Amino acid sequence: MLKNMRKGGQMKEIKVLGSGCAKCMKLYEATNEAASGLGIEYNLQKVTDLQQIMGYGVMMTPALVVDGQVKVVGRVPGVDEIKKLLN
Amino acid sequence: MLGVSTNQLSVRRRRAVSIGLAAAALVAWWLLYRNLAPLARWIAYDALPFRAETHLGSAVEFFIFEVPKVLMLLVLVVFGVGVIRSFFTPERTRQILAGRRESAGNVLAALLGIVTPFCSCSAVPLFIGFVTTGVPLGVTFSFLISAPMVNEIALVLLFGMFGWKVAALYMGTGLVIAMVAGWVIGRLRLESWVEDWVYAMNMGAASSDRPEMTWAERIDYGRQAVRDIVGKVWIYVVLGIAIGAGIHGYVPQDFMARIMGKEAGWWSVPLAVAIGIPMYSNAAGIIPIVQALLGKGAALGTVLAFMMAVIALSLPEMIILRKVLKPKLIGVFVGVVGMGILIVGYLFNSIF
Repeated sequence: MLKNMRKGGQMKEIKVLGSGCAKCMKLYEATNEAASGLGIEYNLQKVTDLQQIMGYGVMMTPALVVDGQVKVVGRVPGVDEIKKLLN
Repeated sequence: MLGVSTNQLSVRRRRAVSIGLAAAALVAWWLLYRNLAPLARWIAYDALPFRAETHLGSAVEFFIFEVPKVLMLLVLVVFGVGVIRSFFTPERTRQILAGRRESAGNVLAALLGIVTPFCSCSAVPLFIGFVTTGVPLGVTFSFLISAPMVNEIALVLLFGMFGWKVAALYMGTGLVIAMVAGWVIGRLRLESWVEDWVYAMNMGAASSDRPEMTWAERIDYGRQAVRDIVGKVWIYVVLGIAIGAGIHGYVPQDFMARIMGKEAGWWSVPLAVAIGIPMYSNAAGIIPIVQALLGKGAALGTVLAFMMAVIALSLPEMIILRKVLKPKLIGVFVGVVGMGILIVGYLFNSIF
């Protein structure tokens, strides 16, 4: 019952961590594709600041953070896998 | 309910399919690899109008045989190492190395440098992550030296083009340099030559609830590594082998032998290192040059020293590291590693 109720502030906070390497761009695009494919409300951000990246305990970029949780480090998963991670 | 169970079924089916495909690909690889030599002869002399007795003919056969051979080795090894790498995250490596005593830590760090995924674009966060969580500075350096220098790409290319002895020498000496140089830097106690803000960084605890990769994802990771690496590297392989084919069967008689050959003076090794430092290349890009130098009569030790200097002591890498290291420490790093490379060069010139 509760799960079916839609709450207002259910926007997914998605962050792609990386200091601008080619793979970081790829992950950003793949994540964008996955999130819009799911039809969810989301807010996708790129994080390039080193202190912030380190704050997530990430040593290898790119990394994917969903609602504050690090889901992927150092690789670019396929769109399908990202969809799974966003749910 | 129904939705969930079909979903699980399709996940399971997909896993079976991707593992099955990988196995089939492996069998196909093996069959093709075993038959490359006769295939190359057939293409060169039957499909194409070259004659076996001619220089040109044997050069063409050499090229047609070597290019797919080295590329196939590369694909297999990069894929295998990619799958292995999916088990070794930098995090896990850091946990293994944190709080290690120096000597054992240096050995371990150099070895882990081979299997831990590393890209010089991540050198800075990795360095900070290591030194702020209890990995000693010298142990961190052992890792940073070994990771770019001793890797599967360098090894498989050296193996494919120059045989297992050269590959083993490169790997063995590269590891020793990483261990010893890191140990020396650790002994010198240069922590104060790291930029002050580095130790003030707060390394967040990595969340451990990240899902383990499935086998299908690991295989996919390996496939991605193949696409990335072989996509970038194949051109150097083709170039290197073309150079090799060009000098195939000709006796080297060139000025190269005078300045980099065995009879050249003591200065040829330091000169090779000095030329190598400002050059920037990955392990693959340097292979055509190595091929040309060896083919023209340069000595093995001098060429290995050159190759190591290009890969391990590149200027761009130092510029990246300058963010976290004071210039004095970069100087020590270059000095210690450069010394190790010189010793390797002299050693192999005297043995071979």
